[in-house]
Amino acid sequence: MNLLITGADLIGTGRQDLLIRDGVIAEIGSVDSGSRTVDQTIEADGLIALPGLVDLHTHLREPGREDAETIASGSAAAAIGGFTAILAMANTTPVTDTAEAAERVLDLGRLAALVDVQPVGAVTKGLAGEELAELGLMAHSRAQVRVFSDDGRCVADARVMRRALEYVKAFGGVVSQHAQDPKLADHHACCHEGELSGRLGLPGWPGIAEEIIVARDVMLARHTGSRVHIAHVSTAGSVEVIRWAKAQGIGVTAEVTPHHLVLTTDLLSGYDPTFKVNPPLRPSEDVEMLRAALADGTIDAVATDHAPHARHDKEHAFVDAAFGMLGLETALSVVSDVMVGSGLLDWAGVARVMSTAPARIAGLTGHGRPIAVGEPANLTLVDPSATVTVDRETSMSLSRNNPWHGRQLTGAVHATFLRGIPTVLKGGLA
Amino acid sequence: MKRHLLSMNDLDRQDILTILDTAESMHDVQRREVKKLPTLRGRTVVNMFFEDSTRTRSSFEIAGKWLSADVINISAKGSSTSKGESLRDTVRTVAAMGVDGFVIRHGASGAAQQVSQWVDAVVINAGDGMHEHPTQALLDAYSMRQRLGDLEGLHVALVGDLTHSRVLRSNLICLKTLGARVTVVAPPTLMPAGIDTWARREGFDTSYDLDAVLPTVDAVMMLRVQRERMSGGFFPTAREYTVGYGLTRERLRTLQKHTVICHPGPMNRGLEIAADAADAAQSLVLDQVSAGVAVRMSVLYHLFAGEGSLT
Repeated sequence: MNLLITGADLIGTGRQDLLIRDGVIAEIGSVDSGSRTVDQTIEADGLIALPGLVDLHTHLREPGREDAETIASGSAAAAIGGFTAILAMANTTPVTDTAEAAERVLDLGRLAALVDVQPVGAVTKGLAGEELAELGLMAHSRAQVRVFSDDGRCVADARVMRRALEYVKAFGGVVSQHAQDPKLADHHACCHEGELSGRLGLPGWPGIAEEIIVARDVMLARHTGSRVHIAHVSTAGSVEVIRWAKAQGIGVTAEVTPHHLVLTTDLLSGYDPTFKVNPPLRPSEDVEMLRAALADGTIDAVATDHAPHARHDKEHAFVDAAFGMLGLETALSVVSDVMVGSGLLDWAGVARVMSTAPARIAGLTGHGRPIAVGEPANLTLVDPSATVTVDRETSMSLSRNNPWHGRQLTGAVHATFLRGIPTVLKGGLA
Repeated sequence: MKRHLLSMNDLDRQDILTILDTAESMHDVQRREVKKLPTLRGRTVVNMFFEDSTRTRSSFEIAGKWLSADVINISAKGSSTSKGESLRDTVRTVAAMGVDGFVIRHGASGAAQQVSQWVDAVVINAGDGMHEHPTQALLDAYSMRQRLGDLEGLHVALVGDLTHSRVLRSNLICLKTLGARVTVVAPPTLMPAGIDTWARREGFDTSYDLDAVLPTVDAVMMLRVQRERMSGGFFPTAREYTVGYGLTRERLRTLQKHTVICHPGPMNRGLEIAADAADAAQSLVLDQVSAGVAVRMSVLYHLFAGEGSLT
């Protein structure tokens, strides 16, 4: 099958045509469609071509809570968001802590066939934080798990974290840490600790509870010579620690969510659980620092932490409601709006933080590649000037906990291609 | 006046004075032999308590009954997340029976505000987690005003477990709105997060030194210290707390003659308040309980009956 994309803006080389043959980029340049058979032509005037986006951090609720999200529905939301690969976190029911569980996630992803669904393996059995899960068996399974995380919970025991970091060196793995000291921010903690949490009477989640784990873990990474990845960095203090650690040559990478780049703690003043997320929304000083750190490379990647929840799990009192918000469908628009719109990142920078870097961190060899002849045609076409008003009711996700509902964002995904197959065209499923 | 009473921020100075003035008439009713007004006849008020309470619930119940409302008590403790039903479903189920008003007590901050968005009925916050307890602040203001007159310019100390106290938050707003000068006193571990910027913004003082504050106040309110806080390491021992922050017999002597003592109850005698202080002539503790009914009658009256129907 031959697919021709005409007039797309390839970052750096200007407007080009792309001929895709059997899932691989076959020609770049001024392609004369008359001289060869083309099954489908996509006009991409005014659109920017990015390598397919990669999300290091999504929660699909299958198995266990298929009412909130399935691998298929989450894959559809991901494709709409311009993603060609997503990493599915391990905190399902049952937990992805065996090779069999990981292979099942992989297979269900292949069945949906909208994005590559790469399972994340649990660090510890049942996410209990005590005994290592079968990390090696997961790594050597068909799923080839490379990213391990107890996300939702912190690997709080320093000895367990040390062993995990040491152990994954054998197969080039990385531990993605949900940095939250459980003594300084327990499971009730749900509002950034500060004047607002004091006034609202909500249990505080102080930045230090994150920073202390980040600091500990970069030292463990140095000590073990291993790689640690910091999930959803939310504070300026964490950024400082990561910047220092990178300057020392420590093997640390970090991600930030779209919501921590924009939304601030004051949104909690109405006790709307839509804005309840872990780590919590922070003050604007942290938000500014996170944007700067993403721009200067201290933070490597944007990751959504897409966390779908059934409506009734959010309709409790604030402290009882579930943590998390949707993110897959809006991530590119948010990054475009806040990072490109402000001049902090150009589109090459977006390609770096949303595709190249996350693919490299996750060890996904078929994604995050340059747009060049011979490379797999995982591509995302973005309309940089389209303005969208987010409507939670139009989501492909089975859930509606969308904090962006009603917001206007500039920059939208127009089309997505997974190995040359269009999964999204004109903003809708192909 | 706003439709609901969720926070003391819902009431401006004039609203508060109106409620307190009406409460005085209600207090007269309370002293009558036949304590019944027809004002809320035909109205149904549900006391929905997701958390144990004796005085607040019974006081709302009596207040509603003396105004001739049909009052129904629902003890909803444990009916929340553990059984899987969402708070929204729980309250909408009751609302669907045709209820005019909810009096909500919940262990989670913000619960009453959330409920007000889910039901059509009037919602009164009877205490939400560590957030607010507006009718307590109103009855405190009522009791203090009875003894001290206008609170404008008076100095009030709020002392104790400030972090976990909804009474603190409502009283801070109420007293500031009425023009009082407020100093909050607690060990640093029991001060709410961000208290310094909060204090600067709202114009009240903070202190770790109870002895320095006590001789300067017109009223001191001792807030309950829950013994289980000790396991959280907020302070080392009950003894040390009492020495630092209890209203002891010795400290009682440092108060000015006219200074009144308040405690929202239940009291830990010997911990935050000595028996001598609780039972002193200056103590308003029982006045507060008595005022509770009158103030809640006034609140129910203003939120349900509106102006002009008081008989």
